[in-house]
Amino acid sequence: MPKTVYLKTPLKSSDLTGLEIGDKVFITGTVYTARDAAHKRLVQLLEKGEKLPFDPHGQIIYYVGPAPTPPGKAIGSAGPTTSYRMDPYAPALMDAGIKAMIGKGERSKAVIDSMIKNQAVYLAAIGGAAVVISESIKKSEIIAYEDLGAEAIRKLEVENFPCIVANDVKGNDIFIEGVKKYKR
Amino acid sequence: MREIHTDDIISSVKKLSIEANYYLSEDVIRRIEYLKEKEESGTAVEVLNILLENYKMAAKEKMPICQDTGIAVVFLEIGQDVHIIGGDLTEAINEGVRQGYKNGYLRKSMVDDPIVDRKNTTDNTPAIIYTDIVPGDKMKITLAPKGGGSENMSEVKMMKAADGIEGVISFVVDRIKRSGGNPCPPIVVGVGLGGNFEQSALLAKKSLLRNLDEPNPDPKWEKVENEILEKINKLGIGPQGLGGRTTALAVHILTKPCHIASMPVAVNVQCHAARHKSVIL
Repeated sequence: MPKTVYLKTPLKSSDLTGLEIGDKVFITGTVYTARDAAHKRLVQLLEKGEKLPFDPHGQIIYYVGPAPTPPGKAIGSAGPTTSYRMDPYAPALMDAGIKAMIGKGERSKAVIDSMIKNQAVYLAAIGGAAVVISESIKKSEIIAYEDLGAEAIRKLEVENFPCIVANDVKGNDIFIEGVKKYKR
Repeated sequence: MREIHTDDIISSVKKLSIEANYYLSEDVIRRIEYLKEKEESGTAVEVLNILLENYKMAAKEKMPICQDTGIAVVFLEIGQDVHIIGGDLTEAINEGVRQGYKNGYLRKSMVDDPIVDRKNTTDNTPAIIYTDIVPGDKMKITLAPKGGGSENMSEVKMMKAADGIEGVISFVVDRIKRSGGNPCPPIVVGVGLGGNFEQSALLAKKSLLRNLDEPNPDPKWEKVENEILEKINKLGIGPQGLGGRTTALAVHILTKPCHIASMPVAVNVQCHAARHKSVIL
């Protein structure tokens, strides 16, 4: 049976070892946003041996490009984008200390192998539940690459941000196991 | 001859951009509620419940259902007795998109150059506009915001007549199988059959505009739609690809005559936020 787990950032390896695919996770703390264009720049910095705009150790990256913030809100609609586009960059960021990624859709074998190596996890947020998710985001601040518009890196403060464990630290994959269970 | 002023076109497109992104059509909501009752996976039911809650919250808070408020795809049906006055029609559509995406706090997702620069145009223009000239003196504008995640799972294949209907069905089902959770299932699957290379893709896109409550007007194609839908929902992909029975809400087919040598087949994938709104001027 899937369990419900409450996580606080920054994450430690011991926070993640007990997680299993299908578990419901609620995150409270800091989450950094990055999509395609920001990932490209972050990995270029790592390749040059330069510092990232934030300390990646124990942190979470959320693959999202939010809608503009309407008056009176902390952020606009903010659901996940498709994760496979970040696959070429994700292992380098895990090697730099990232412990969890939030997005939607399945990951490549290289990314899953890197999760096992780095004891990191991939969490699925519900694509298209962008207003529900935005309610769990209490603060949003652009910290880098403002020129990228919706793709800028934001520092989010979240409370009980909802997601589901899609890949655990053992390399299990809900996108394989879940489908197997219901295939006819 | 009836005159339509571009000012009316601008304000209509502005309104359609906002309303299509805030308010999901009832037919989509009804279909999700119906399929939820038949869903076997507990996780899938929870996901569908959150999607239904999200549609309600979006309408109540006046926020876009999804942060990906899409490319503005605009379908025009212009009566041949209409005379457009006040300026450039294409510019009027783009101005409506510009105003709607700004005033509605919708995301600007267009880059100017597809490969090298990829610089955001900052106002979500240009729209993609398709125009049909039809009899009459009215103008119908349909705006369908189309997200990137589901669009990326779409494909055109130039098949052979020998592949037959079985070949078509297995290509469509395989395309959805390979898409997994990426296009935000439960999805609507648009299939364009016939025409030529580009017309098949446009047919697939246009098929997505059909109301989910409406069966295909041709019983022959209604049967094929149901067969493909059943096969897709046996794949086990489920909402968000996490496993379950609710992978597709509907399959829509549009067909056109084609060349003796060809059998073009296009699949256009639409996420559960199947957004489109129309107005008649």
